Amino acid sequence: MSAPHFVVHDKADSVGVIVVETVEANTEMSGWIMETDETITVTALDPIPIGHKVALSRIGNGDTILKYGHDIGKAVADIAVGNHVHTHNLKTKKW
Amino acid sequence: MAVPKSFNGFRRENGRVGIRNLVVILPLDDLSNAACEKVANNVKGTIALPHHYGRLQFGADLDLHFRTLIGTGRNPNVAAVIVIGIEPGWTGRIVDGIASTGKPVDGFALERNGEHKIVMEASRKAQELVQNASEQQREECPIKDLWVSVKCGESDTTSGLGSNPTVGNFIDKLDPLGITSCFGETSEITGAEENCKLRGATPEIGQKFHDTWQAYMDDVIEPHKTSDLSDSQPTKGNIEGGLTTIEEKAFGNLEKIGKKTSYIDVLEPGEEPARGAGLYFMDTSSAAAECVTLQAAAGFVVHLFPTGQGNVIGNPIEPVIKLTANPRTAREMGEHVDLDVSGILRREMNFDEAGDRLIDITMRTCNGRMTTAEALGHREFVMTKLYRSA
Repeated sequence: MSAPHFVVHDKADSVGVIVVETVEANTEMSGWIMETDETITVTALDPIPIGHKVALSRIGNGDTILKYGHDIGKAVADIAVGNHVHTHNLKTKKW
Repeated sequence: MAVPKSFNGFRRENGRVGIRNLVVILPLDDLSNAACEKVANNVKGTIALPHHYGRLQFGADLDLHFRTLIGTGRNPNVAAVIVIGIEPGWTGRIVDGIASTGKPVDGFALERNGEHKIVMEASRKAQELVQNASEQQREECPIKDLWVSVKCGESDTTSGLGSNPTVGNFIDKLDPLGITSCFGETSEITGAEENCKLRGATPEIGQKFHDTWQAYMDDVIEPHKTSDLSDSQPTKGNIEGGLTTIEEKAFGNLEKIGKKTSYIDVLEPGEEPARGAGLYFMDTSSAAAECVTLQAAAGFVVHLFPTGQGNVIGNPIEPVIKLTANPRTAREMGEHVDLDVSGILRREMNFDEAGDRLIDITMRTCNGRMTTAEALGHREFVMTKLYRSA
């Protein structure tokens, strides 16, 4: 099995995590869903650093974002498949 | 890999087992740090634990001060203790709390004596204690005598995906063998508090956790927050590493307690477990050194510390084993990394293999191997303070 560009914890998750050190925009990336051991493909729209998240589905402003199969906050902008997801478009519901 | 049945530790007078054989020079208060450091300088093989507090504390905060210092002295990694304080009353209270383990301990007070005289007397005693301790031999001890604490730091998304579940795999494998273990970080469960509540061994214990978490939110966060905690929890380092929200961090954090193991009780900060073998939750800060200091004070002898961005922590009495799944951290900060599990994220290693490697390095550490933090001299000893002194 080749090393994936990104890893997804649960099949239901709306984001995956980049695990290679450099992803440039327009990179065609392979992803590994740990829960189901599936491989998926997503094209990056932005440069994304290692450890940062990539959107796996279209996410509307205000929608809940899932990781580990759980609610990790809400989108504060419209997000397309392949976009970098971080503090500029995802906020906590807690503090 | 067959899970090891035993390790070679130092059995203490009260039956507990340590993995180090330290002689500690323990200050009651900030004023006594200088004398303790002089004694530790005079007598090789002893270690002073300077800290900032111990004057005019009261109520629960004073109770925690005593619990932390007494617990530090009681820890089975400590063979013997010298306590030095400004006056004899509270100094004696620390000595008595440690003495009930049966280990050698003596106390000295600076008032009416002065520092030169006390440093000389304490140094004579410390020399006797360290020479006696040096004759203690390791002996084979069953794995159930091992007390392990866990806490992560400078986490990033590789923590929740790789290094934290590796610790969880360790806990799931060794909990059935009767080890005693502990996780904490009250603030950092925020977002996953309902899931954590369900991991209690009974609904009552789950509720006890939830009440502890809610009290922290009501008594600490609500009165003191200025806007939100998005710059503190997650930390700047967490955000740099790709973690965005406290909820995301919390679900990654909880991976450390595995998939199967339930916690059997909820401990006050620094409280020694009293319900026998099993996993415990302790009410602690999520700041690394504060949390590990409290876990060491509760009697845990070895600590598992997953990191993403590269926390460099150690503790003076409880060896800290650091692991990372971040390949850049493993490459750039190798001198701080005891175990590299970045292969998980390249699909070169599964969690079962990663857990076995963590068990292996932990057993070697328990048998005497120095951790990276010990080799580098990291001795972060930080007392938790609940509120301002009187």
